[in-house]
Amino acid sequence: MGATDKLKDLALSESGFVFDPYTGSTFSANDTGRKILDGLRRGLDRDAIAAELRQGWDGVPDDLGRDIDDFVLLLRRQHLLPPDFSL
Amino acid sequence: MSKPRYERPVLIRHEAGLMNKFGRVQALRPLTEIDGAAVDELVAAYGSPLFVFSERTLVERARELKEAFARRWPRVRLAWSYKTNYLGGICRIFHREGAFAEVVSDFEYDKALGLGVPPDHIHWNGPYKTDAALTRALAGGAIVHLDHFDELAAAERIAERLDLRPSVALRISLSVEGVPEWSRFGFHLESGQARDAVARLVAGNRLELVGLHCHLGTFIADVRAYGEQARKLARLANEIRERHGVRLGFIDIGGGFASHNTLKEQYLPGTQATPPFSRYAEAVIEGLCELTCPAREQPLLVLETGRALVDDAGTLIATVHANKRLPDGRRGVVLDAGVNVLFTAFWYRHDVVPCQETHGTPEPTVLFGPLCMNIDVIRDSLLLPPLQVGDRIALRNCGAYNVTQWMQFITYRPAVVLVGDGGRHALLRRCETLDDVVGPEQTPPWL
Repeated sequence: MGATDKLKDLALSESGFVFDPYTGSTFSANDTGRKILDGLRRGLDRDAIAAELRQGWDGVPDDLGRDIDDFVLLLRRQHLLPPDFSL
Repeated sequence: MSKPRYERPVLIRHEAGLMNKFGRVQALRPLTEIDGAAVDELVAAYGSPLFVFSERTLVERARELKEAFARRWPRVRLAWSYKTNYLGGICRIFHREGAFAEVVSDFEYDKALGLGVPPDHIHWNGPYKTDAALTRALAGGAIVHLDHFDELAAAERIAERLDLRPSVALRISLSVEGVPEWSRFGFHLESGQARDAVARLVAGNRLELVGLHCHLGTFIADVRAYGEQARKLARLANEIRERHGVRLGFIDIGGGFASHNTLKEQYLPGTQATPPFSRYAEAVIEGLCELTCPAREQPLLVLETGRALVDDAGTLIATVHANKRLPDGRRGVVLDAGVNVLFTAFWYRHDVVPCQETHGTPEPTVLFGPLCMNIDVIRDSLLLPPLQVGDRIALRNCGAYNVTQWMQFITYRPAVVLVGDGGRHALLRRCETLDDVVGPEQTPPWL
């Protein structure tokens, strides 16, 4: 199984409701979180995800990469990404 | 079409079936001012962190307490508990409202005298009074509450030496269901020690017994405990009158009423769980109705309420220094105020309110202080919206014990300000400087 394969199997709604079919766990992601999840599922790298966030939102911080890394840490923590995954 | 405003990305796991350990979402409305003084203006003038006290709240709470009891009992006295907050400006407000002083040390006694409180308006409590302190207190006419037999004997010796017959009270400890017993203070009732102390004092014929005092404990939200306490004290007063013919001038029920804070182990927030003063008053007066003396001889009721008067009036403003993601997924926020200045963070889940508009999804957050110590945690779990570096938050109900129990440890102790009518503000205590810390130090001559 590839690093992001599990993400591809998640059920992800427009409102940010996330269902993990392997464990039955559910989560809520906000809009930017959902965008990052979507980008990871499509195999985008950090720069491409950051570009999509900058394109879609106003007031994106200069250190956006830190927010993306933080979110990846959350996904690792919830076992939605392998422990050694990094962008 | 304009783009939405960016929010930091979050992912929150649903914990179905579990009690929400993070509690309710904090602070939907920001606290941008305190009684008309803008938080930004206060911080610009006095720095951050900053303790802010509301004069209006102090006065309102003091009057609310007095009225709740005075409506039900003919003579009521508030004795302001210095140890709860002995900043001069705070004490002056309570004395202006008619409060006596309640002190527990030489230092507090001197502080009260320095604020112009006459000795006979000072109740002196506590288990430690040196002979020198007792001499000053008894000679000056302070109302000394005797704590143990050694102190009773010392007071008699001093009275004989000074050729005085001073008025004293006895501190009583007693058992009340549901409240941990503070038996280390005073003379124990149920074991018979209190009756022995009364007999001993009367037989000594050197001191005038004018009052009984009992302090049940701290942060007691069950008003029935005070009813039981008052009932037991009333029965003891009846017995003293019958056996010894002593008519007591006052019964002092101490303090311990809960503020609107929330204890760490408490389920409901303090705003819902804390009884109003009127319910405490009803319980106490119901207990005092056991007194059998004629109505015109009913003793004065003394209250030493501290925390419940001053806690709600104090707010600590802190500034966000950094954000970090913890390995367990929670967000960590580093503040410029830690447990060294907010000692009560060890006991309470202080209410946290951002001082500016926030945007974004609230997520589980830990609030850390600035100390290089693992214990420096202001709140270990709460739901907070995203905070940016430089944002300010208000920690509410910080008025009791913090500006007396705070420590000079690692950082300077911050300034304390009072906000009065119309948003006017002034210092109660300035921020410490290096000289304040190193001033008392000495260097041994061989170094």
